[in-house]
Amino acid sequence: MSLHTMALAELAAGLRARRFSSVELTQLCLARIGAHGNALNAFVTVAHEEALASARAADTALAAGRGGALTGIPLAHKDIFCTAGLRTTCGSRMLDQFVSPYDATVVAKLKEAGTVLLGKTNMDEFAMGSSSETSYYGPVKNPWNTKLVPGGSSGGSAAAVAARLVPAASGTDTGGSIRQPAALCGITGLKPTYGRVSRYGMIAFASSLDQAGVLAKSAEDAALVLGAMAGFDPLDSTSVDVAVPDYTALLGKSLGGVRIGIVKEFFDAGLDADNARRVQEALGLFSRLGVALQDVSLPNLPLSVPTYYVVAPAECSSNLARYDGVRFGHRCKEPRDLQDLYRRSRGEGFGAEVKRRVMTGTYVLSAGYFDAYYLKAQKVRQLIAKDFRDAFAQVDMLIAPTTPTPAFEIGAKMSDPITMYLNDIYTIGANLAGLPAISIPCGFVRELPVGLQLVGPHFAEATILNAAHAYQRETDWHRQMPQGYA
Amino acid sequence: MALTRAAIESIAHLARLELNEAEIPVYQRSLSSILDFVGELERAATNDVTPMAHPLAGLSQRMRADVVTEEDAHERYQRNAPQVAAGLYLVPKVIE
Repeated sequence: MSLHTMALAELAAGLRARRFSSVELTQLCLARIGAHGNALNAFVTVAHEEALASARAADTALAAGRGGALTGIPLAHKDIFCTAGLRTTCGSRMLDQFVSPYDATVVAKLKEAGTVLLGKTNMDEFAMGSSSETSYYGPVKNPWNTKLVPGGSSGGSAAAVAARLVPAASGTDTGGSIRQPAALCGITGLKPTYGRVSRYGMIAFASSLDQAGVLAKSAEDAALVLGAMAGFDPLDSTSVDVAVPDYTALLGKSLGGVRIGIVKEFFDAGLDADNARRVQEALGLFSRLGVALQDVSLPNLPLSVPTYYVVAPAECSSNLARYDGVRFGHRCKEPRDLQDLYRRSRGEGFGAEVKRRVMTGTYVLSAGYFDAYYLKAQKVRQLIAKDFRDAFAQVDMLIAPTTPTPAFEIGAKMSDPITMYLNDIYTIGANLAGLPAISIPCGFVRELPVGLQLVGPHFAEATILNAAHAYQRETDWHRQMPQGYA
Repeated sequence: MALTRAAIESIAHLARLELNEAEIPVYQRSLSSILDFVGELERAATNDVTPMAHPLAGLSQRMRADVVTEEDAHERYQRNAPQVAAGLYLVPKVIE
């Protein structure tokens, strides 16, 4: 078996047994990125020299018998995570020249674990999008069909893992930005509980929703990376001090007697019939594995998307106020005065969708509208969170499709923001309630991968990873690869 | 709800965003449709509901002791600044 298709645990074992070196593995990934990265537009920055230097250091540690679970494993980071000395753009002209003075905690932790940073993946500008088309660096392509979007906003990470350019990559999920591209690219994507993974050095979009996570080839691989990313961080005031379990050790448990709720509201009129069939087939398999399936209703869930499109833009307008053309980021030429400097630096530095969200957020927070929009949305959000709590009183986790349809054509939804926003209809609920959720491949619709989603109670990452892993031991959807990347 | 041109100009001013002529009607249309879309929230009964302040029930933002934890690193941070002199960020003259 070639290295690029091997599981993370096998790669790590091979490295420790010195069957191949981290330099060899890193060179293979860099060569694959060189061969396919441009056509997919999956990377904003490739760190050749830095990657090889880290790989050499990892090989020294491995030779001395000091290799850990991830020592020498090459990874990519979404270009939203600050990397000291390496450009961090967030997919925006605003940060085209930005070089962070420090590492994000996620980056630092994975560096400490001995991983090798291959580069920074392309994404929707400031993570605002569901198709990876809003990047200043151009749209990312789906490796299953390069005329199609990979989903977003972590589309570069998803495309890179799907094409087996990298074994795994980081991502962030504010409304579905890990799970939705994972589904559309046929890979596994995990969004942990709000507060599980530090957000220090992760460029903020909507702070009550943003969470870092992982895109990988399998639940088993995702468990390994999550273990290295997760944990309390005093530098992030939303980080929660809850012990990190050994996610890998908790895989492999029987699903006998596990209760999974089928969310009625997620099988709605907008769901593609073939996509629904793939999820139904998965339900049959879970049932054969001993799962007790039952229908559950979350009556306020259909209000998730409108709730999100008040809360997220409001928080984004506040977070993005820091880009003022003074301290860092793009500055316009020859400003007439301070107001002109602010207005033109921001007008030139932000793309169309970011401006749309900043303005939506500014409006819903402005005098006279705050109660009607923002306060109302935070109340509905409370109702949605309660629906989930009530459901978890009856079942251990919930199951749903990840997306309403498989990947769509590049450009198809760019002119109508509402149509684009509805891509996240099944994923947003978990963000509003701060819940962990994983998307895993569950088959194909018209030769394109689709995913199903498992959503658990707070800090139940191990529960959903175990169920996903049990499914992946019985299926090989997660091993399917797009043609042309063998 | 249809937002007027003046409303878009006012929002853009509050957000400190320069818009060109071509952008204004585009945002008039899309922001109006977004507001119509989120207007759906009106039909939810929320009379006795407390607005959600934190995604994890019962948790709030952690506080820390009010002590200095950062060293002075302004030179390192100012490497990203568009215009700096003598350790200061330069902006157009504010007071005549």
